[in-house]
Amino acid sequence: MSLTRAQVEGIARLARLQITEEQLPVYVDRLSRIIDFVEQLSAAKTDDVEPMAHPLAGQVQRLRADEVRETDQHEKYQRNAASVAAGLYLVPKVIE
Amino acid sequence: MEWETVIGLEIHAQLATRSKIFSESSTAYGAAPNTQANLVDLGYPGVLPVLNSAAVRMAVRFGLATGATVRRRSIFARKNYFYPDLPKGYQISQYELPIVEDGSLDILLEDGSRKSIGITRAHLEEDAGKSLHEGFQGISGIDLNRAGTPLLEIVSEPDMRSAKEAIAYMKKVHTLVRYLGICDGNMQEGSFRCDANVSVRPQGQAALGTRAEIKNLNSFRFVERAINHEVVRQVGVLESGGSVVQETRLYDPDRNETRAMRSKEEANDYRYFPDPDLLPLVIDDALVEEVRGTLPELPDEKAARYCRDFELSAYDAGVLTASRDLAMYFEAVVEKLGGQPKLAANWVMGELSGALNRDGLEVDASRVPATALAGLLARIGDDTISGKLAKEVFEAMWSEGRGADEIIDAQGLRQITDSAAIEQAIDAIMAANPKQLAEYRSGKDKLFGFFVGQVMKATQGKANPAQLNELLKRKLGGA
Amino acid sequence: MHTLTVGEIAAGLAARRFSSVEITRHLLGRIERLGAGLNAFVTVTAERALQDAREADARLACGEGGPLTGVPIAHKDIFCTDGILTTCGSRMLDTFVAPYDATVVARWRSAGTVLLGKTNMDEFAMGSSNETSFFGPVRNPWDPARVPGGSSGGSAAAVAARLAPAASGTDTGGSIRQPAALTNLTGLKPTYGRVSRYGMIAFASSLDQAGVLARSAEDAARLLGAMAGFDPRDSTCVDSPVPDYHGALAVPLEGLRIGVLREFFDKGLDPRVGRLVRAAISALEERGASVREVSLPHLPLSVPTYYVVAPAECSSNLSRFDGVRFGHRCEKPRDLLDMYERSRGEGFGDEVKRRIMTGTYVLSAGYYDAYYLKAQKVRQLIAGDFARAFAEVDVVIGPTTPTAAFELGAKTSDPITMYLNDIYTIGANLAGLPAVSVPCGFVREGDRELPAGLQLIGPHFGEARLLGIAHQYQLMTDWHRRMPPGYE
Repeated sequence: MSLTRAQVEGIARLARLQITEEQLPVYVDRLSRIIDFVEQLSAAKTDDVEPMAHPLAGQVQRLRADEVRETDQHEKYQRNAASVAAGLYLVPKVIE
Repeated sequence: MEWETVIGLEIHAQLATRSKIFSESSTAYGAAPNTQANLVDLGYPGVLPVLNSAAVRMAVRFGLATGATVRRRSIFARKNYFYPDLPKGYQISQYELPIVEDGSLDILLEDGSRKSIGITRAHLEEDAGKSLHEGFQGISGIDLNRAGTPLLEIVSEPDMRSAKEAIAYMKKVHTLVRYLGICDGNMQEGSFRCDANVSVRPQGQAALGTRAEIKNLNSFRFVERAINHEVVRQVGVLESGGSVVQETRLYDPDRNETRAMRSKEEANDYRYFPDPDLLPLVIDDALVEEVRGTLPELPDEKAARYCRDFELSAYDAGVLTASRDLAMYFEAVVEKLGGQPKLAANWVMGELSGALNRDGLEVDASRVPATALAGLLARIGDDTISGKLAKEVFEAMWSEGRGADEIIDAQGLRQITDSAAIEQAIDAIMAANPKQLAEYRSGKDKLFGFFVGQVMKATQGKANPAQLNELLKRKLGGA
Repeated sequence: MHTLTVGEIAAGLAARRFSSVEITRHLLGRIERLGAGLNAFVTVTAERALQDAREADARLACGEGGPLTGVPIAHKDIFCTDGILTTCGSRMLDTFVAPYDATVVARWRSAGTVLLGKTNMDEFAMGSSNETSFFGPVRNPWDPARVPGGSSGGSAAAVAARLAPAASGTDTGGSIRQPAALTNLTGLKPTYGRVSRYGMIAFASSLDQAGVLARSAEDAARLLGAMAGFDPRDSTCVDSPVPDYHGALAVPLEGLRIGVLREFFDKGLDPRVGRLVRAAISALEERGASVREVSLPHLPLSVPTYYVVAPAECSSNLSRFDGVRFGHRCEKPRDLLDMYERSRGEGFGDEVKRRIMTGTYVLSAGYYDAYYLKAQKVRQLIAGDFARAFAEVDVVIGPTTPTAAFELGAKTSDPITMYLNDIYTIGANLAGLPAVSVPCGFVREGDRELPAGLQLIGPHFGEARLLGIAHQYQLMTDWHRRMPPGYE
């Protein structure tokens, strides 16, 4: 199943990935091949089958006690940030 | 063309847990930026969420209090979108299988009738951080302290037909979550937020019109004005031949108008899927029953009880039960007083609430505790002072923090109940006002009030009104 | 010293034949001489290694040592290591110093191991050849013109070349077992949930699992024991006791019911690898195991299933790499959108971008049911096939890979060709089953001998028995002792 250029551009935008003009045809080709390949799944009979979200059946979510256990380590963590001021992470303006 | 308004509300209530929904950071408000954001909240590579049991219990509480179904098995899903205040690039929420479904709340309409508003669902999710724009040129500062705070998103059926109904429902939910102790309802701090979905349709049409979602509504007044403005806007669009665009609009309180948000390039496709880092949330009957056992008397039940046992009006009962703290205060007064609920109700709704509002205090910070107010009311009941003077005593109690008796004695306010003393005062007034006396005796009944006023003045308001009335009638009548 | 196994090192340290500092120095020297040729390491932590070794020696001197005290190891660069560069093989994290230790790292550390460095890997664990790393491809010590497999290619090359006695790896679709097979190592992927994923940079959350690459099942058992167990910080981690894997290796082969997977012996399999695997099965039969054929009819759909589920999960897991709080940020972003698109466009390599986009597509409105939901249903069918098989047999056996190591660049033009390398390994990930690859012989290509791997798959939490069977096989054979020429 071939994806169109417009579809691939749309996906790239949703995923916030810049794909250049040169790269675009390669991506269209490769992604089309992948989607084509996974198309085989449609032949499988899955009418009464439950989707498997987790491999160990019967596992259920554990609940944690409501306790505060964290200390402030923001200075250590913010060493990895590209741009910080007054304890805030800085980004180009968010427009509502 | 008659238009009908259709409104649904989505309320986000921040749950009053100590730690966040998926991490062990504090949820306390007001900390310095990013000092309450740990690796899990920051979405660092390799971190994983673990669910807070208190958040689950609070959701169950809400479900039980609204007669909803508490799903025994619910799933967390990822809502994927990019925004700087959303560290992981997805919000952990619940999509197809939420923890609570199919509840309802009754609201009291202006005409006194009740209307049931459906609650489609309530689900657990994590809050995002905050973007700050002041003081920066072309840059925003991101504070992730709030990221990961537990939210209960409460979605109503589109059952409301006016802004007033919407406010009544919103207030009901606000009261309930505070009663349940699951949310502090502080709209200024953002712990109780409301989005309104508003549409209009020709009266009688079954199909819903296209709706607009209005955000940034952080007070009851804003909600009302925004909805009213939006209805006018939509009707205007439709009547001039246009169609309403399904979009998100922001309410601007300064201009009292809604405007479309700077639209994203394309509508967001959130690509919901079950979060593989979290397992299905399974709740057993034992937990549900345990939570049920901790439910307080709910506002409607309490109000009904007040009407029944205390013979208060539905309106008064409603006012007293609007806040659990106020209701508790009222009940404490009645208990200490050993009765007289109507008197207590009047004073709680009147003087007490007046003083609280004037000084901007919550009930739990009242300068006159319930037992003290009961003490004051007892002095009215036993004729120590008149109701009128009691108001002055109350003000003194409020500002000085002293008890009723202390103030009554200090100011010498005890009512005069000694008949002889009152008679003496009456005699003096009658003697000093022969003209009015003659006029009264010749038929000018209105002058009775004059004599009452004069005696009261002479006794500094301390004459017992009932006795004064009786004695005055007798004496003026010529005995 | 570099040819010693973990067990032999531990014994040597205990008997004071050498110290941890000595063996650590020796290995650091080898890494310096031979490491660059293989490109197995992204970061060599020489100072830290010596510090760890000194501490270990001190503990050993007081008699406070445990079975792994002083043993040098390496960690795949997917595990966060506090204060140490953690790149995940990507430009996105090329200067990222992790502020915490992954649980796996913390556990091996408290067991007294010595950290030699962080090994190279396919970018964000996406690959089967270690050719997608931002830091360049890793070479196979058995033939430097060939790949070592991926995504734990660096760990495999390091252990195979005797630069480290063992290393951690992760396996999402075969990323421990396949490189183990291509480099003559024993590679174990435990049951899903057996080992904590906290601190392991996520690729596909419902498939990822941490494990071990070592030179023998015995070594793997020791290291698994130190790594496994409940972690309250990972909701998917199972709370059940960890057996003494090393103490339970004496699994009797008599009466063992082996299932030979029909679907594994298909036309894609190199017949020479097939012969080696059948010979291994016969050897087990001779010791009293019974062999029958089993069929997992939905298994041929495992690769397309995986290539829907894994990209879907990774497309979401990698959204956190946005340049805001850590990781690569582009120069002079024009606005927010530009910052996102360029930071991510520059930070991620092509394979990662392809998988993110595939994942975004299969989760998107209108396609979710046909692709993602469908794949999760087929996944259920595959797991069901395995469950039925394990009602009749104790272990399922087959080849680990269809061929021996292929040449660098041979499969990079068509993604599907590369994906089909994982055809035998993916099923175990989809079903969350434990699986191990052990050396079972060599195939000749020109003047090179290239290793082949035998794969054993067990039921949930059956890794103890798998390691036992592997150990028994390694008592009968010495494939696993062979070393790549030039690295002895």
